Amino acid sequence: MTTLLAIGTGKGLFLATSPDRRDWTVSGPHFPMTGVYAVAVDKRPGRPRLLAGMTSSHFGPSVATSDDLGGSWREPDQAPVAFPADTGASLGRVWQLTPAGPDQPDVVWAGSEPSALFRSDDGGRSFSLVRALWDHPHREQWAAGFGGQAVHSVLPHPGDPARMAVAMSTGGVYRTEDAGASWAPGNTGIRAYFLPDEWPEFGQCVHKIARDAGDPERLYAQNHHGVYRSDDDGRSWTSIAAGLPSDFGFPIVAHPSRPGTVYAFPLTADGERFPTDRRCRVYRSADAGESWQPLTAGLPDGPFYPSVLRDAMCADDHDPAGVYFGTRSGEVYASADEGDSWSRVAAHLPDVLCVRAAEV
Amino acid sequence: MVTVLLPGPLRPEAGGESRLTVAAAGTLGAVLDELAATWPRLARRIRDERGELRRYVNVYVDGEDCRHAGGLDTPVPDNAEIQVLPSVAGG
Repeated sequence: MTTLLAIGTGKGLFLATSPDRRDWTVSGPHFPMTGVYAVAVDKRPGRPRLLAGMTSSHFGPSVATSDDLGGSWREPDQAPVAFPADTGASLGRVWQLTPAGPDQPDVVWAGSEPSALFRSDDGGRSFSLVRALWDHPHREQWAAGFGGQAVHSVLPHPGDPARMAVAMSTGGVYRTEDAGASWAPGNTGIRAYFLPDEWPEFGQCVHKIARDAGDPERLYAQNHHGVYRSDDDGRSWTSIAAGLPSDFGFPIVAHPSRPGTVYAFPLTADGERFPTDRRCRVYRSADAGESWQPLTAGLPDGPFYPSVLRDAMCADDHDPAGVYFGTRSGEVYASADEGDSWSRVAAHLPDVLCVRAAEV
Repeated sequence: MVTVLLPGPLRPEAGGESRLTVAAAGTLGAVLDELAATWPRLARRIRDERGELRRYVNVYVDGEDCRHAGGLDTPVPDNAEIQVLPSVAGG
């Protein structure tokens, strides 16, 4: 059994492998001097395939794939993700790469900056713009947060290929029920404290959304202040922040197989982006956010200042599940027991932008 | 014919070459179009999908920064030398 942990950083992609999820061998960087904001491990039949979305500050963005676990990479001649000429837009970066379900074995979704969704029907080698979301009348009012205006979360519905939820900052959650032909905002109940109308139809700064392992209608959201749950596939949301030390943060991760279990990494506040109490603590809920428990065993016990970005926390597909997170200070931690205990995978990497892990 | 000089980071996208000969002239845009026909991955690192020069890529035509000489319409005479250089940026 080998576990692969892909670590996208501000200066390239690092790949860590482990036979036991405790001792890790780290290699890289692949794509040095690029920001790797998106990485995916596609395990559908005929693979695994790694996908990486990287952006050079000089030479722009691209997407590459590897069918030998990073031994070699393939990048098409033509830009794999690019805006059509009539849009007048150009790709800033790819923020998210999401393989569709096994019923659509060649479909991969890409979320981009500026906010748009792209679809690949060839396993991630080429993508085309999802027009209906790009043409949405709300688009001109989607604003850029500090990280840039981007679709950063893409959640296909596991039981219905026509349904999908995406999330963008800012803009919030948008849903389709007709395979992307039309989109509607799904932000009811999510607060936007930074707007004069704090409960708008759209415009929220949703940082990340995740789908529950057991109930496909149940989603979780880490908002720009606010942690929420939806029990109606993202139409409406209720707060689950009461048991957390803070409702600010960036990632939210659902357990891969255990219903109702979800992980967060709270920061103190928008204006104080340090871990709460300056301690390195992951919070886990086993009851869909009704209550939360801090997880600290094996994590640094002294003052801790780095934050964890929206895609820098993930779970693998083992049972028991592994949970992983990376920091802006270039440290990566892993738990092989669902968060009960942790060990350090790597340190002194560039700032960690994203992590993804899977048995390979 | 014009000569295009490439910086180290772009040479892998041009078969490892540091110097390319392009059978085009007239304007910088025409030269880059011709370059794209043979080396598409190289070309899209210099220009985005709108055809615009990437912000932190500088292109000099016979030593003159094209941004001060007409951009992609900069005249490129036969036997000109075009130099592509990444600008000083990043951390």
